[in-house]
Amino acid sequence: MVSGAAPVKQGSRVRWAWIAVTAVIAPLVLVFAAGLRRDARTIPSPLIGKPAPSFTLPLFSGGPFNTADYRGRILIVNFWASWCYPACYEEAPHLQRVWERYKDRGVVVVGVNIQDRERPAREFIQRFGHTFPNGMDRTGRISIDYGVYGVPETFIIDQQGRMIYKHVGAVTEESILEKIAPLLLEGTGAP
Amino acid sequence: MRRSLYLMLALVLGIASGVLAQDLDAQARAIAARLRCPVCQNESVADSPAELAAQMRVLIRQRLDAGDTPDQIVAYFVSKYGEWILLEPPRRGVLWLVWIGPALALLAGLVIAAAFLRRTVHPPSRDQRNPF
Repeated sequence: MVSGAAPVKQGSRVRWAWIAVTAVIAPLVLVFAAGLRRDARTIPSPLIGKPAPSFTLPLFSGGPFNTADYRGRILIVNFWASWCYPACYEEAPHLQRVWERYKDRGVVVVGVNIQDRERPAREFIQRFGHTFPNGMDRTGRISIDYGVYGVPETFIIDQQGRMIYKHVGAVTEESILEKIAPLLLEGTGAP
Repeated sequence: MRRSLYLMLALVLGIASGVLAQDLDAQARAIAARLRCPVCQNESVADSPAELAAQMRVLIRQRLDAGDTPDQIVAYFVSKYGEWILLEPPRRGVLWLVWIGPALALLAGLVIAAAFLRRTVHPPSRDQRNPF
């Protein structure tokens, strides 16, 4: 009679063990599954909504580009490299188009060339006929200040100098427009 | 006499500044080892041969020279890249689970293994404890 009680007790113990193991493993599996489905490229930048880091960039065309001189304009800061193929090559014509079409409406495109050599960088600018300000970040200070992971990355800064958007990968004219359109309207609405 | 005194002083100062520089180098390495290289796969800024990592190491060293503390420098990188830049998760709140979790799991495993072994290796012991 007593010996019969043991298997019952053991059975419930095994069941409890299973429940405990499931309770531990199931959440882990869920956490890992969620982690694997996240895109590592969309890590949100802590800079969004904050004052954008200011910088002075020595330009290929000579002279410095100082962000402080462009308050009141919409700044599109594009980090690129000549070896960044194909993404930087895909977006290059788009950036030039945005610059040509919106420079008279208070939009400034500025290229920050990073982790590159001067000659291929200059060749890239020539190849795409870029006329917007462009310079080399030789020490990486600007890249690090902007929390850049790689190229290309594009940041949009509003008229008040606030960082409003970060784009990782090739940008298009449309994706930039979508972000700057509300800012342009605010600008034209003013007396 | 005076000249040799100056020489001695210069020597002592030279050694002292050398030791100080070495200390700062070690500090810079320790900070770089805490940071994830942004353009690499799971590699620290200290270990990576990438250009951006090298630029970060220079920046760390410059900030140490300027008198920043290691915590201030790490906080600067976190403010730019988010906590993602830290190779070790910060010790606070829910994140403590990541730190204590493995030890707890090991302990639980040991307890389970001990219970299992006691049952299988000494099956008669139950009869000894329970004479009925």
